[in-house]
Amino acid sequence: MANGKNDDAFVVFDRVQKSYDGETLVVKDLNLTLPRGEFLTMLGPSGSGKTTCLMMLAGFETATHGEILLDGRPINNIPPHKRGIGMVFQSYALFPHMTVGENLSFPLEVRGIAKSTREEKIKRALDMVQMGQFANRRPAQLSGGQQQRIALARALVFEPELVLMDEPLGALDKQLREHMQFEITRLAHELGITTVYVTHDQTEALTMSDRVAVFNDGVIQQLAPPDQLYETPQNSFVAQFIGENNTLNGVITAIKGDLCEVKLDNGEVIDAKPVNVSKVGERTCVSIRPERVEVNPARLQPGAHTLKAEVLEFIYMGDIFRTRLRVAGNEDFIVKTRNAPDQVRMTPGTQIDIGWLPQDCRALDA
Amino acid sequence: MASAQSHARRRAFFLVLPLLAFILITFVAPIGQMLHRSFHNDGFTMHEDIGTGVRTPIMTNLKAWFDANPAGTEPTEEAFAALAADMVVLRELKAPGQAGTRINYELSGTRSMFTKAARQAKKLEAPYKDAFLDLDKDWLNPDLWRVMRDASSAYTFNFYLAALDLTRSSDGSIEKVNENRQVYVTLFTRTLFLSVLITFLTFVLGYPIAHLLATLPLRYSNLLMILVLLPFWTSLLVRTTSWMVLLQSQGVVNDSLVGLGLLGDENRLQMMYNQMGTVIAMTHILLPFMVLPLYSVMRPINPSYVRAARSLGATSWTAFRRIYFPQTIPGIGAGALLVFILAVGYYITPALVGGADGQLISNLIAFHMQKSLNWSLAAALAALLLGGILILYWLYDRLIGIDNLKLG
Ligand SMILES: Nc1ncnc2c1ncn2[C@@H]1O[C@H](COP(=O)(O)OP(=O)(O)OP(=O)(O)O)[C@@H](O)[C@H]1O
Ligand SMILES: [Mg+2]
Repeated sequence: MANGKNDDAFVVFDRVQKSYDGETLVVKDLNLTLPRGEFLTMLGPSGSGKTTCLMMLAGFETATHGEILLDGRPINNIPPHKRGIGMVFQSYALFPHMTVGENLSFPLEVRGIAKSTREEKIKRALDMVQMGQFANRRPAQLSGGQQQRIALARALVFEPELVLMDEPLGALDKQLREHMQFEITRLAHELGITTVYVTHDQTEALTMSDRVAVFNDGVIQQLAPPDQLYETPQNSFVAQFIGENNTLNGVITAIKGDLCEVKLDNGEVIDAKPVNVSKVGERTCVSIRPERVEVNPARLQPGAHTLKAEVLEFIYMGDIFRTRLRVAGNEDFIVKTRNAPDQVRMTPGTQIDIGWLPQDCRALDA
Repeated sequence: MASAQSHARRRAFFLVLPLLAFILITFVAPIGQMLHRSFHNDGFTMHEDIGTGVRTPIMTNLKAWFDANPAGTEPTEEAFAALAADMVVLRELKAPGQAGTRINYELSGTRSMFTKAARQAKKLEAPYKDAFLDLDKDWLNPDLWRVMRDASSAYTFNFYLAALDLTRSSDGSIEKVNENRQVYVTLFTRTLFLSVLITFLTFVLGYPIAHLLATLPLRYSNLLMILVLLPFWTSLLVRTTSWMVLLQSQGVVNDSLVGLGLLGDENRLQMMYNQMGTVIAMTHILLPFMVLPLYSVMRPINPSYVRAARSLGATSWTAFRRIYFPQTIPGIGAGALLVFILAVGYYITPALVGGADGQLISNLIAFHMQKSLNWSLAAALAALLLGGILILYWLYDRLIGIDNLKLG
């Protein structure tokens, strides 16, 4: 499969812009390089331009500016059917007048593949998604999850090197979705396919991808592997969008090396790690993950910061406890604690001390 | 509980009652009556006084003679005597015209023989045969006696024979009518042919329009929809006459072609008062009936089907042929059936722009209803048309399936 020269830049978006109406840019200055075999997820709120990017790559929309390269070749002049890109649509788009087998046969027939080879490939593709016995059904006779798997098999049956999936699991229930997430990643890695996956479910993005591109307003806010994305968000949009997040607003009062001093709006001063703040006097939004906050003074690590807090609400969630606190004027400060034998269950109204390490506390743009 | 339900059901029934009555009165009854009339005509057996409504059997003596003697028997003196007795009755009832008209349907030129004979009825004396022959030599015509025998029973299939250009020879066997009087079969075939042609033309013209309507952004498609529906909102007569203005040899199209020098003044195109006029005007008028069912199946077709096909490696033509087109077949079926059925029974447009060879079968039905007043023949023609359409409908159901039909 590998042909050497473009393995590190199999798909390239080079300063791509897109506007539908000639006025507003739906995609603004998109730069993205995708190595061969990578599983990249585009994650972002509704209307942030994810589908538009896929459509440009698949050839159903043209970029207003910039260039998209596929395997080193500019893609603009290649019609969609010659791009060899497998695509799974959000609506599955299984052809309703054909059986499952005919659906899978279609991409092979248009490629002029002989009947015997065709049957073999169809069988292999159906077995791959564990749908071997459904070849003679119509799409309407399948459940949502089964249709989804057929759509996947159809996108893979002609062995494309690049597969695009637009929110393929949106219509499935949680359990099936998790199962399919696993199946898709397994297949993608087994077959060595380069995948661009679109979702607005952040858990899906984190569990499936090699890298995640967080979209907002037509711009990639951060492009990083899931762990970096979660642990070191580069701006407050990413921090807010990925996972749960506590924010405290304040002003930078001093920057010294890799720590800065933030004066919170209620007058307290804390240390934080400056991420995209640069000068003293700038407003900032300090972000701390709920699970990095310690409520048990005995467990506080040396060098940790402590703050006064009032318990507002205690929610029992089985494996964890979720406690809502008032901290420095913020009434939505969430703390997550594991349901361990020695864990205290806090009663609303009590005053407690909480603490965290300054490096877990990131000063981001306000 | 049960009584409440049956009460509700009764109420619902009373609500649909007016519609039911309306359909019965305006649809089922007239069609039933028409079908009945196509094989039942009592013009030669029964007289009904318009004023009093009294019904009197006529031609009873002749009927008795026909019953006693098998078909093909030479009319004897006895037969003529029966005829003379019946003529007296006809004269008294002032009904010779009615009886003559009934015979005249099948043998033209015979009505006057009846009125003349009835006028002389009192003076007719034995030997009756000679007396009748003195009035008219044709009283011995075997065809006349065959027709009278058939007509002496109110039930007959002769009108169906006539509608198929067939007749009975004097010995009662079925044969083709004289070549220069064969009109109906030609008209039936022409009607079928033109209807198929018009259906095909509306399909060819309507499919792209419907596709455009279904895929254009809403604000443009609404405008286009208005253009498509515009013909619906103008009177049929206005539309047809405007085609006359456009297409006649001194009309707008010819004038422009001549004006542009594309056409010599002496060879102006004959687009009106022939089949071409009928085809053009009817295609235009029936176009919306094709476009609307097509549109209604095309609108909900998700564009991602074609996109999926393209991404799977199909050229845009293959994607259309194998993915888009098959999904529109129910609409094509519905549109074609609708246009075809409407075209087969179309009347005003061919009457106005069809000239002599652009007439359809319905124009002839109208002729028999209004001019020749041979309602039984009109009814037989209409019944054949109805039967033909039902057969086509059945065929359609067998081939495509009626539940595949989508009217919107
Ligand atoms: N065909 C189109 N014509 C005009 N505007 C469009 C078209 N398709 C999308 N847009 C606009 O472009 C923007 C981005 O749309 P896009 O479909 O790429 O969003 P998305 O990130 O896929 O959102 P979602 O998560 O809801 O699917 C939206 O504001 C949308 O209104
Ligand atoms: Mg989308």
